[in-house]
Amino acid sequence: MAVGKITFTKTEREKLAEVLWLLNWISVVTGAILFGLGLFLKIEIQKWQEVMSEQGILYVPHMLITTGLAACGINYVGSKICLDCADTNKFLRWKLVMMPYIVCTFFFTACVLAGALMCYSIRSQLEEALYLGLRNTMRFYKDTDTPGRCYLKKTLDLLQIQFQCCGNTDYRDWFQIQWISSRYLDMTNSAVVDRVRSNVEGKYLMDSVPFSCCSTLSSRPCIQHNLSNPGAHAHYDEQSQQLNLWRRGCQQALLDHYTGTMQSIGLTVLLIWLFELLVLTGVRYLQTAMENVIRLGDPDSESEGWILENSLAETACYNFSIIKTLGKCYQVDDDPNINVPTAAADQEAPSAQVQVNVTS
Amino acid sequence: MALLVVKFDLKKRVKLAQTVWFMYWFAVLAGILVLSLGLFFKIELRKRSELMDNNESHFLPNVLIAMGLIACGINAFGGKVCYDSLDPTKFAKWKPMLKTFLVFCMGFNALLIATALLCFVMRIPFQFTLAEGLKNGMKFYKDTDTPGRCYMKRTLDLMQMEFRCCGNDNYRDWFEIQWVSNRYLDFSAKEVKDRIGSNVDGQYLMDGVPFSCCNPSSPRPCIQYQMTNNSAHYSYDHYTEELNVWRRGCREALLSYYGGIMNTIGALVLLVTMLEVAVTVGLQYVDTSLSTLANPEDMESESEGFLLEKTVKETFTDIMAKMKAMGKGAKVEEGGEEGVATVS
Repeated sequence: MAVGKITFTKTEREKLAEVLWLLNWISVVTGAILFGLGLFLKIEIQKWQEVMSEQGILYVPHMLITTGLAACGINYVGSKICLDCADTNKFLRWKLVMMPYIVCTFFFTACVLAGALMCYSIRSQLEEALYLGLRNTMRFYKDTDTPGRCYLKKTLDLLQIQFQCCGNTDYRDWFQIQWISSRYLDMTNSAVVDRVRSNVEGKYLMDSVPFSCCSTLSSRPCIQHNLSNPGAHAHYDEQSQQLNLWRRGCQQALLDHYTGTMQSIGLTVLLIWLFELLVLTGVRYLQTAMENVIRLGDPDSESEGWILENSLAETACYNFSIIKTLGKCYQVDDDPNINVPTAAADQEAPSAQVQVNVTS
Repeated sequence: MALLVVKFDLKKRVKLAQTVWFMYWFAVLAGILVLSLGLFFKIELRKRSELMDNNESHFLPNVLIAMGLIACGINAFGGKVCYDSLDPTKFAKWKPMLKTFLVFCMGFNALLIATALLCFVMRIPFQFTLAEGLKNGMKFYKDTDTPGRCYMKRTLDLMQMEFRCCGNDNYRDWFEIQWVSNRYLDFSAKEVKDRIGSNVDGQYLMDGVPFSCCNPSSPRPCIQYQMTNNSAHYSYDHYTEELNVWRRGCREALLSYYGGIMNTIGALVLLVTMLEVAVTVGLQYVDTSLSTLANPEDMESESEGFLLEKTVKETFTDIMAKMKAMGKGAKVEEGGEEGVATVS
């Protein structure tokens, strides 16, 4: 028994072909949208690539870009095929290509689904990459004279200003690294020397943050230094402290930004996948209906279309047996076309020799 | 003899009508463009109206919006007339009002040119509004507890960061005003008392700037306080230090931003004017070619289209004569009555 059997009249077949032609063209547009989304995501990730320790997550936009291009190509071919399918004679041209085309489209649709699911699964990898990347960027904040790192200060300042965040997890991360270069420290000053000596690694640590951590929402001028000592500042109460700097960590801010973007993109890709699935089902019905019409011989008669000829289990078994046979192609079996050397052949050989002896 | 005469047969007339109809649709889009430019400019002005003391003139964007709407209306009507010109019965409906419509179009085109010129000229009064507004804005920076001014600090900080500028003319403007509120000053400290005492108005002035003046491209952490005191910071010379804070003044930055917007809008309005003149000329040719049919009954006969019925000089003298006649018409009536009175 076939799966999803539907009977089609001639007019219904022609209508189906027309509708599928239009849907395939719409799919070309959605393929272009997919390509655009991949490109947009790639640009967004590369904008802040300096604060990510590794760009492994770039495989998501690359996947979207390739699937988008593939979608455009496959659906363009599909629209051509569907246009010809309305007429039985033209269908014969495409008869042999149809089955491989449908298998190809099925795998391609699976890739689109994989792309959509990837968008949702990226969070943990991104979290790790951001944590390590931000930690390194903060460490190299002071190295504005080292080639390769001289723009990290600017990048981190702009990041903190734009995303309204400070430090990796918290503003206190800045207390644990030296973010003022030794070039600007007066080593003859005893206070400076004391600070450097009080630290195991000889770093100049202080309880202050860069200016880019300052919050624009604060009602008082920004307090950047002596942050662990609220008493050092006039009328620096709890509320002032809350509003003074950005409270959010940049890892969280960037994570939220990218997860939000990818979730919207993932949703769009899922919708595109559902649409592609619909188109694939339609093309399958059209293919089986046209083949049945040819089998029946009468172009104007009704024919049946289905998704699978036999039930799911039987089709799976059949496909497995095909794959097994492919593996066994060099082994002996009961195919009469293969020349199997048997005892009869052995007898022929000596008789040939006897003949030779006689003639010589 | 008429100006710029062109001979038309049926095929040419149809082609002309179709081209002009097509151009009218472009002109409708151009009208929508002018409308949206006006709206955009209005929104941009509103966004920063606090910095201009809520005193900015919305005259230019309002004019642009009005011109955009009128352009859409005129061009839609002109397109309909062109479409109907291919059918003599429908065209007969529009024929009587075409002359006045064309005169109205010419007037509208002149107004468009005036609007474009206005875009380029408005920069000058705008400069003064900005200067005044920014000066007051900086004065109110510290008043985050006064209703009506409590967002000035935030607006100024965001503006200085976005436009990469500091102060009105340059960063030294911040040295001349008190931008730290008295609420956050410790009046028991000697240093604070000295500073306030040294000043005539009793203001707490310092050679420091807010954090939003800091330049992220600077290789060293931002020096915001004691900026003119070289010995307060290691290896620092405030005369040669260029990357520490933004050097540009905010008045200049905002002026170049808004000036750029106004110049672009002015250039686009000029282009739209050229399109409008082209469609007006096209409609004139459509109208004249259909009025001068050699054989009024036969649609396939030849006709002539022209730009002006007489030469430019003759048309001008005609218009002057008409205007004089209209002016004298009132006088003649009065004189006639008197004459009648005297005769009787």
